[in-house]
Amino acid sequence: MGDYFVLAISCIFVNNILLAQFLGQCPFLGTSKKMETATGMSMAVVFVMVMAGMITWITNNYLLKPLDIEFLRTVAFILVIASLVQFVEMFLKKSIPTLYAGLGIFLPLITTNCAVMGVCLININEEYSFMQALVASLSYAIGFGLALILFAGIRERTNIARVPKPLQDTSIGLVTAGMIALSFFAFKGMA
Amino acid sequence: MAQSMVKEFTKGLWAEVPPFRLVLGLCPVLAVTKTVENGIGMGIATTFVLVCSNLLVSMLRNVIPPKVRIACYIVIIATFVTIVELVMQAFAYPLFLKLGIFIPLIVVNCIVLGRSEAFASKNPPHMAIADGLGMGIGFTLSLTVLSAVREILGTGTLLGNPVFGPNFQPFTFMVEAPGAFVCLGLLLCMMNLIGKK
Repeated sequence: MGDYFVLAISCIFVNNILLAQFLGQCPFLGTSKKMETATGMSMAVVFVMVMAGMITWITNNYLLKPLDIEFLRTVAFILVIASLVQFVEMFLKKSIPTLYAGLGIFLPLITTNCAVMGVCLININEEYSFMQALVASLSYAIGFGLALILFAGIRERTNIARVPKPLQDTSIGLVTAGMIALSFFAFKGMA
Repeated sequence: MAQSMVKEFTKGLWAEVPPFRLVLGLCPVLAVTKTVENGIGMGIATTFVLVCSNLLVSMLRNVIPPKVRIACYIVIIATFVTIVELVMQAFAYPLFLKLGIFIPLIVVNCIVLGRSEAFASKNPPHMAIADGLGMGIGFTLSLTVLSAVREILGTGTLLGNPVFGPNFQPFTFMVEAPGAFVCLGLLLCMMNLIGKK
């Protein structure tokens, strides 16, 4: 149990997917201008990342490994993720329309979110067991949401602040992200 | 024809240079630019995938049904990424280890898919190659510039050769994660300053 706790903490803070591993930067900068979109994106990522983490783990260990075709991993994973996203979208539209309306356009965007694919690949590279992969995917997703929502909160302020012209928008956003990354960097001492 | 090809090629170098102007595909830009060697390696790998996938998508643009086009593009891109992955494993293993999961992650690099969707699917093959080559070289140059700044300031070397005297205190902040964000932000600011004229 303690091991899982350590794994979760390290995935959320120490190896934060956005600020330490640099995955999923496009949604990080693209959806952080408003708090609403940031929370929507975070929820969608938590949802898809956990499911993708489990399914790609099963694909890798029960399909690619026995058949000895691990060199097809990249193709297999992206197809699994793309069809999973499509399936989740159809399922939600039909059965939970309120959640679907909340996630909105963020679901299809997740296919090309490298954080999802990255977490799946990390799970395999670190040779996690199924439970470890599940905990790691969930924690990485929580870390993603945490960083994105924090960042959106600050960005809403910088949007109305008086920023020098060439620094406006993405530029000041990146510098802000650097400052948040600096605070997350302090967690490195814990590991 | 040659003129328009040159136009498509050069727009990737400055007017629409991918990571700065379009703010797409930032993940590898931030993650692999600790050293110039990594930056150039990543740039070349991405350029190869860009050119090949652009060419194939453009050749197949009348065959692919529009409804499933994204899935088709992804499979085409993933194929070329797998080729790059295997080639690098065979001939550039140390670099492959350093770039790690960012090689398979070229699949989900927004630039590659973005060019397939926005350009190659609507233009003939020779234009698509020019576009892919321009974007790829622009991407490689941006990676080189960013990684040069980070390597020179962060470790005091360029391509592994010391630049400053032995008394230089490296500015380690630059090679750590937060430095990547700040450095890219400031470079973007500089580009905005120059581009305004």
